[in-house]
Amino acid sequence: MNCEEATKLMDGYLDGELDPITSQTIEQHLRECHKCEQTYKTHGSLIRAIGNATPYYNAPAELRQRIQSSLRDEIAERPMRNVVRDSQVLFRRGQPGLRTILSGTPWSWLALAAAIIFAAIITLNLVPRLPRPGADQLLATQLIAGHVRSLMANHLTDVASSDQHTVKPWLDAKLDFAPAVVDLASDGFPLVGGRLDYLENRPVAALVYQRRKHFINLFIWPAASDATRASKTMTRQGYQLLHWADSDFNYWAVSDVNVNDLQTFKELFEKQIPHH
Amino acid sequence: MALLLKAEHASEPGDFESDPKIVKFVVVKKREEDHAQQAELTSFEEVMLPHLDAAHNLARWLLRNEQDAQDVVQEAYLRAFKSFGGFHGSNGRAWLLTIVRNTSYTLLKKNHSVDLTTPFDEEIHTSGYESVSPATILEHSEDADLIRGAMDELPAEFREILALRHQEGLSYKEIADIAQIPPGTVMSRLARARAKLKEYLAARIGKEK
Repeated sequence: MNCEEATKLMDGYLDGELDPITSQTIEQHLRECHKCEQTYKTHGSLIRAIGNATPYYNAPAELRQRIQSSLRDEIAERPMRNVVRDSQVLFRRGQPGLRTILSGTPWSWLALAAAIIFAAIITLNLVPRLPRPGADQLLATQLIAGHVRSLMANHLTDVASSDQHTVKPWLDAKLDFAPAVVDLASDGFPLVGGRLDYLENRPVAALVYQRRKHFINLFIWPAASDATRASKTMTRQGYQLLHWADSDFNYWAVSDVNVNDLQTFKELFEKQIPHH
Repeated sequence: MALLLKAEHASEPGDFESDPKIVKFVVVKKREEDHAQQAELTSFEEVMLPHLDAAHNLARWLLRNEQDAQDVVQEAYLRAFKSFGGFHGSNGRAWLLTIVRNTSYTLLKKNHSVDLTTPFDEEIHTSGYESVSPATILEHSEDADLIRGAMDELPAEFREILALRHQEGLSYKEIADIAQIPPGTVMSRLARARAKLKEYLAARIGKEK
């Protein structure tokens, strides 16, 4: 090896990135060539000194927070987008082409939907279980999804009426239970209508009330006999959830109104329902 | 969002969305996605957040500006998270740094940064700094401001390779992957970068004298 070759390989040798045979050849040359050995030593110590003294820019703490919250925003937006997209692709109203297909051959679409549900259930059961949050949290997620969906898909009510005597029979006919329906218009919570939803693996009634510009979804389904009657409140994703139960029914009110309004709503509702 | 959707046709009686099967489909689907995404985020953060300093340091050297560096790193993390499903390797740092590097270059190109376009004089021993000996440079080598100034004068590809090697201690193979150059090029580029850095340091020291 001559000096020119040694100089060319110097950095690789310094970094310990040469193969053993080449390294040995360089070592051999450095032992024989004083000039190259000097260059190697000065270059090496200089490179190390510069490397050590180069300022290292650590990330500021707020950057970590920014990133973590942007990642959470990303997944918070995602499921809604996907679910809305999926459900719209499959079931969307108001799209002329799809509408025709749907009216023409509803059964094939329902079969497809059933197949997807089936696949989802299988997947849920076969895929190794991830740590799951508590039952309340799952329910809260479902409730909020139901509430948000009712507002975003222009599907607030199946039966739009402020008349409790219209809403109640409609719900009774669709469900295997008969929830109480009361109008609280005189107290500032007018009834907007009723809707069916699906929660806790069963069809449930959703009564929709208005509070100024806000909507309250009140989900109702029969209470299990051993259910706790204690009322509780939760805040999730900026929504208020308020739960209570009586001898017959579970109630979950979901809204973006403040917690006091929701409490007032609950008290008014309880006062109004006929007691046995 | 709600407004956009409301622009669609008004509700019709007996429509599909009131079908419990469909409601259930949506609920099941959403629950499934929520869990999968939460798990994905947790594992992403475990693998990638430990490399935040490395990511920031690389972006800061490439962009030479703190605000840009932070924006790029945030953007890179978001990109990384979106393509995390495609990451199967064991070297999370190199994978993340590749994304940081690409995101940084996108911004440099957008800003028409001169150090990407100006032909760079790579000749060693040209600028008459011979009067400043390696020993003198070594004396000044603890001066962080001096080194910062000289580093910042280098073209992007040199700043990048020096940060990756000197500060992250990455292997030539990893550097080749991140900088997207053939492994054989790493040694020569590193040698040129070091020589140029020494030259700039000498020039700065010479000026101070």
